Amino acid sequence: MEHIRTTKVEQVKLLDRFSSSNKALTGTLYLTATHLLFIDFHQKETWILHHHIASVEKLALTTSGCPLVIQCKNFRTVHFIVPRERDCHDIYNSLLQLSKQAKYEDLYAFSYNPKQNDSERLRGWQLIDLAEEYQRMGVPNSNWQLSDANRDYKICETYPKELYVPRIASKPIIVGSSKFRSKGRFPVLSYYHQSKEAAICRCSQPLSGFSARCLEDEHLLQAISKANPANHYMYVVDTRPRLNAMANRAAGKGYENEDNYSNIRFQFVGIENIHVMRSSLQRLLEVSGSRGLSVGDLYSGLQSSGWLRHVQAVLGAAVVLAKAVTTESASVLVHCSDGWDRTSQVCSLGSLLLDPYYRTVRGFMVLIEKDWISFGHKFSERCGHLDGDPKEVSPVFTQFLECVWHLTEQFPQAFEFNEAFLLQIHEHIHSCQFGNFIGNCQKEREELKLKEKTYSLWPFLLEDRVKYLNPLYQPQAQEFAVLEPNTVSFNFKFWRNMYHQFDRTLHPRQSVFNIIANMNEQNKQLENDIKDLESQIKQCKNKQADGVLTKELLNSVRPESPTLKTSLCFKEQTLLPGNDALRTIDSSNPADNRYSEYAEEFSKPDPAVVSLEYGVARMTC
Amino acid sequence: MEFSELIRTGQAQAELLRGPEAPPLRGTLCVTGHHLLLSPGPQATPDLWLLLLRSVDSIEKRVAGDCGTITLRCKDLRVLQLDIEGVEATLNIARSIEGLRLGDAWHFHPPERYYKRVARETNAWRLSEANEDFSLCPSYPRAVIVPRAVNDDALALTARFRQGGRFPVLSYHHAPSRTVLLRSSQPLIGPQKRRCAEDEALLRAVLAGSRPGARGFIVDTRSAQTAKQARMTGGGTEAKAAYPGWKRLHRPLERGRPLQESFVHLVEACGDLEQSMDHWLSRLAGCRWLAHVKEALSTACLAAQGMEREGACILVHGAEGTDSTLVVTSLAQLILDPSSRTMAGFQELVEREWIQAGHPFQLRCAHSAFSHARPKHEAPTFLLFLDCVWQLGRQFPLSLEFGEGMLLALFDHAYASPFGTFLCNSEQERCLCEVRTRTHSLWSGLNQLKEQRKLRNPLYVPNPLALWPSVEPQSLRLWQGLFLRWTRPPEPSEAAWEKVWQIVTDQEKTEGSQPTVSASELQL
Repeated sequence: MEHIRTTKVEQVKLLDRFSSSNKALTGTLYLTATHLLFIDFHQKETWILHHHIASVEKLALTTSGCPLVIQCKNFRTVHFIVPRERDCHDIYNSLLQLSKQAKYEDLYAFSYNPKQNDSERLRGWQLIDLAEEYQRMGVPNSNWQLSDANRDYKICETYPKELYVPRIASKPIIVGSSKFRSKGRFPVLSYYHQSKEAAICRCSQPLSGFSARCLEDEHLLQAISKANPANHYMYVVDTRPRLNAMANRAAGKGYENEDNYSNIRFQFVGIENIHVMRSSLQRLLEVSGSRGLSVGDLYSGLQSSGWLRHVQAVLGAAVVLAKAVTTESASVLVHCSDGWDRTSQVCSLGSLLLDPYYRTVRGFMVLIEKDWISFGHKFSERCGHLDGDPKEVSPVFTQFLECVWHLTEQFPQAFEFNEAFLLQIHEHIHSCQFGNFIGNCQKEREELKLKEKTYSLWPFLLEDRVKYLNPLYQPQAQEFAVLEPNTVSFNFKFWRNMYHQFDRTLHPRQSVFNIIANMNEQNKQLENDIKDLESQIKQCKNKQADGVLTKELLNSVRPESPTLKTSLCFKEQTLLPGNDALRTIDSSNPADNRYSEYAEEFSKPDPAVVSLEYGVARMTC
Repeated sequence: MEFSELIRTGQAQAELLRGPEAPPLRGTLCVTGHHLLLSPGPQATPDLWLLLLRSVDSIEKRVAGDCGTITLRCKDLRVLQLDIEGVEATLNIARSIEGLRLGDAWHFHPPERYYKRVARETNAWRLSEANEDFSLCPSYPRAVIVPRAVNDDALALTARFRQGGRFPVLSYHHAPSRTVLLRSSQPLIGPQKRRCAEDEALLRAVLAGSRPGARGFIVDTRSAQTAKQARMTGGGTEAKAAYPGWKRLHRPLERGRPLQESFVHLVEACGDLEQSMDHWLSRLAGCRWLAHVKEALSTACLAAQGMEREGACILVHGAEGTDSTLVVTSLAQLILDPSSRTMAGFQELVEREWIQAGHPFQLRCAHSAFSHARPKHEAPTFLLFLDCVWQLGRQFPLSLEFGEGMLLALFDHAYASPFGTFLCNSEQERCLCEVRTRTHSLWSGLNQLKEQRKLRNPLYVPNPLALWPSVEPQSLRLWQGLFLRWTRPPEPSEAAWEKVWQIVTDQEKTEGSQPTVSASELQL
């Protein structure tokens, strides 16, 4: 609060990001404790959460005022022009303060109150239960067991308490292995494939240097391969490029020497590190956000940013995993350097390919809880929740979501959820509105008492489940049991709906998804109506057989038929608002689309024609 | 109503006998484009009796006294008898059914019908038969539509002033703004800066016939530089002083060999499955195909915007006026005109703006992207148009009645086809080759019922508004369904499409089940 000097500025202009003619909306800017709010003269509200602000920039003063450019972590970019410089300066300073918090306790989640009582809050947190998830996978079983070695986070601070390891791996072996692994992150189970009896395990890099060995670590790997009765060979996948891994050897880290471990096949899959990913996305956004972009610029920018190449590499690694499990029934151990970025990406995507459960709304939440939250992906550092080291920020999770999106594009019927679900999750990893993504590991989260002080995101997403459903989902289809995506280059596209999600003029004007989802709903409703009516008819027939039926009864059936009529009307009524909403964007304003500076050319010879600014509302019918 | 010409009598009073068991139905008999309807009077059941004309296998008529009988034998082995009041009515209905049943598709989309309608609606335009023997312009059809104020002699002079005789003709009349879209070829200004009074008068008449005070824009699909250079070879572009009220805009669109090369490079890139991401992206950027799509779409949007928003008349031409010009005029119509987005309307548009308008399909589509022969006249202009339509369909997925399948079919048939529709380079050639009598029309093939699921967009909802697409590069996509048709597994997306169809037909079914429920109620 003490950071806010000005709470309201009038006559602020919001510029269209891509317009060449500096088209602008005028309105009032409000600054609250949690949000920046802009209300334009159509009374349309634009809310920007302070936590979403990635950068604020004050540009040089112009004749119309002081420009303020705000870049958000959800890829919204707004360009305000504040008439008075002092106001602009105040807002700028306030936003700088408000967007970077020093303490976890100042994050939105700790003050956010959705009007739930404590038991509801607790139930929300218990919605996703990982013990239940491991049971669903089929562990513990004769080969795998729950280990209590990390009960007090003694062995590894960044791992969860409950870890599943091979039954034959004793505690000393685990402890020994953990000492030989970066940050103590020893090999543990991530996903167990019940029918193949193969496991996907994860860890961090070994501290092998040029020649160091660790017998316990070698034993633990052997135990993992022995826990798979179907195939004693096991893959060890190092997700880093070979060169990076070799460089790590000089620092006393490195990768497994195939000679020291029996029955392993070692391979690199070459995913770049967080710093490369950060600058790659930055470059991509610079290109796609530039004005007057030509087609050639976009594609050469896509190429030079390397972003799609990185996405391809991540997905490619997941395919390697899935193939090893399905075709060879082999277990796989995945690691990178610390085992919380690339490893999380590859393990979770691999599981997603193998197990249809993770492609459901609930299953996807479980997957994120398991491979990302509990295994210590450093959400707070990677998303820059607090004012910290900018070098720790990286779009690793965004990249994971993009891989999932590419899978949904390739397999439109294999996922229960739709793109909106992915976008919503992305929104909330940065929003700090819920406790799930706050902190860097489970230990830290317990210390913050997040379950008592904040709310879980998942129940809120489940409440809105209908919005996130994919109407084309085919849950039982056999061909989607294991996904085998084609990672050939032309299957990768720029994810416009993510990186331009707030630039509405770039989007299709009509949504197939909404229409189909509506139809699906209607169909279900109508089918129910038919069933009802048929059962009523049957009842009547039975009564007729009893000889009771008279004209009156028949009439008593008749009045029922209006239920169908009304439900039809009702359907129409419920549908119409939706249609209206669609209508408003059915067609858009040519001025929005910037076919070029033609508008001016048109109006040049005839000064009588001044305005080309037609409101979209006027075009709706 | 593409069949309306075949319907001689729309209605008659009739009695229908459906066999010895079913009771006869009395009511008004109607013939529509696809169906035979019998609507009973208000007193009887509200049910409408319907018969698909295509299911009629044979038809037999008898006349006795002042009433007649038509016997219909159907493909599903039903025999129906219609007793109709009035001899004339009987004969007419029989003939209508006969004609519609066979579906003489060569009469599906004659452009004259559209022209006649425009002439009727505006009173400023007339249908001219000056080109009856193709002497004015060999690449125009026999009937063209020109301003009423311009007589045929003036037309002949104008034709001499335009390359290939392609004088300005109406392409589309935008009724809400009372403006028109015209197309032509370049004027033959030449190095001596020739002028042609009749040509100038024609364009003046266009403005005069539009709404009062209307201005005009000439969209030249070449750069100002190229247009100027064309003077050296006898061509050129309209001089400002000679055409008061008209303003010239240059929107260079790629054509000819560079366009063909762009196509060849794109197809090459799409055939390489092993290439790295960097290589793929650089080839995609390098072939410039999507840049051409963007240019074509935005020029069409410009033309459409000029008509709808500025109330201006638009004349589009490049050099010959048979390539880029047609891309622009046909896309502008699709943007503005809801009726051209229907199945029939789109076919009519292709027929009128491409086939009849003299796009030289034979030359342009002689070779596709794999030919090693040096391209001479080949250019994927029509494909560029189809790609733009596809982009439009992606951005407005509910507003086109036809789906991707239709565009793919048109592409396939333009390059190789068992039908005669895309044969030859102009109407004149088609007449000489007797295409109409010796081949079948593609439209009859496409309008068969079994093709519909492939060609139609199940989600179509008529949209009365103009479609303004986004032409930002982020909004344009590679048309994978065409360029990667044979290189990527189509199953998942096809299955998804099948599911969409299923949901839509389910909806129709569940909504349609209301009568069956009420029918069983009645049986009680």
